[in-house]
Amino acid sequence: MATEAEDAAHAAAGHGAEAVGMPQLDFSTFPNQIFWLAVSLVLIYLILTRIALPRISGVLAERAGSITNDLLAAEELKQKAKEAEAAYERALAEARAEAQRIVGETRAEMARDLAAATARAEAEIAARAAESERRIAAIRASAMESVAEVARDTALALVEALGGRAEEAAVHAAVEARLRE
Amino acid sequence: MDQFIVKPLFGGDAIHWYTPTNVTLWMALTVAAVALMFVAGTRGRAIVPSRSQSVAELAYGFVHKMVEDVAGKDALRYFPHIFTLFLFIVFANFLGLVPMSFTTTSHIAVTALLALAVFLSVTILGFVRHGVQFLELFWVKAAPLPIRPILAVIEVISYFARPISHSIRLAGNMMAGHAVIKVFAGFAALAAISPFSVLAVTAMYGLEVLVSFIQAYVFTILTCVYLKDALHPHH
Repeated sequence: MATEAEDAAHAAAGHGAEAVGMPQLDFSTFPNQIFWLAVSLVLIYLILTRIALPRISGVLAERAGSITNDLLAAEELKQKAKEAEAAYERALAEARAEAQRIVGETRAEMARDLAAATARAEAEIAARAAESERRIAAIRASAMESVAEVARDTALALVEALGGRAEEAAVHAAVEARLRE
Repeated sequence: MDQFIVKPLFGGDAIHWYTPTNVTLWMALTVAAVALMFVAGTRGRAIVPSRSQSVAELAYGFVHKMVEDVAGKDALRYFPHIFTLFLFIVFANFLGLVPMSFTTTSHIAVTALLALAVFLSVTILGFVRHGVQFLELFWVKAAPLPIRPILAVIEVISYFARPISHSIRLAGNMMAGHAVIKVFAGFAALAAISPFSVLAVTAMYGLEVLVSFIQAYVFTILTCVYLKDALHPHH
């Protein structure tokens, strides 16, 4: 087990018979690596400066420009919306004032009409009350008259029924006196 | 270590500087991948981008912002060069993760050339832009006068250590990750520990995906930092 593990570690570390030391320190490969690195860097540099960077910075500038434009447009629209709102508010306030005025006028007119109608009704009521009172007084007077007549007739009849001799004038006077009490 | 050996593509043993090797093949694939994404992918030039176009735009924006943030606005003149570096490294790293592939960025020759190119161009740029004043980079004005010479020595050493760390970081990371995967894969032949081995290979692969991007990012951002020193050497 121990030797097996050792072998595995050995194989893993790659210390084969043919490789001596680190490949990184094999100076014979340096010119090759340096040459191809230089080629790669020059190619990447050319790709970037000729194509990629102008393109990307162009796109970014364009995007920044259109965002700025959009923001300006949005600002303008916001201003317009504010103005429209102010106009609406003004119109609303005017309409409200107008409505208030109309309501006031109508109320005053109605109050006037009402007062006139009330006055008329009161006058009529007063007239009718006076008429009624007059009629009640008449009815009361006629009723009193009837009472006196009935009392007279009844008194005469009673005196005659009791066998007396009724003297009409005396009975009348007595009834009158009684009624006045 | 078989996976790192440079072999001629069409037989033969001799490797001359012009011989088409597996290095050539995988670098050509790297160039092809860049072309596919940045030429074919952006073909539409759409205001509302397609998927490939938006990935290309994302990469563009990512590196553009990095250059601008780290090295300053005047460094944007060198954005195409830095973007070339970034794309080469990122695509080479990811193509190296394809099983049976050859990882060009795991070779010190490749990363050393990249790092030396950055080092030399940045140093020359510094002297061209600022002349002798570029040496003020090593003269730390913020420090008290007596310790400035000592700091200058340290700064010079660290300046010349830059290309070494810059190149070895990338090659070392790529090589180590691939070698570790290979070792775990070798253990998979043993029945007793093969489940663990397969799990480890999977985990390492995930880690390597991260490392591939992060190392390309680190290489690029360090390039930006060095470029910043060349453009603005005054501390």
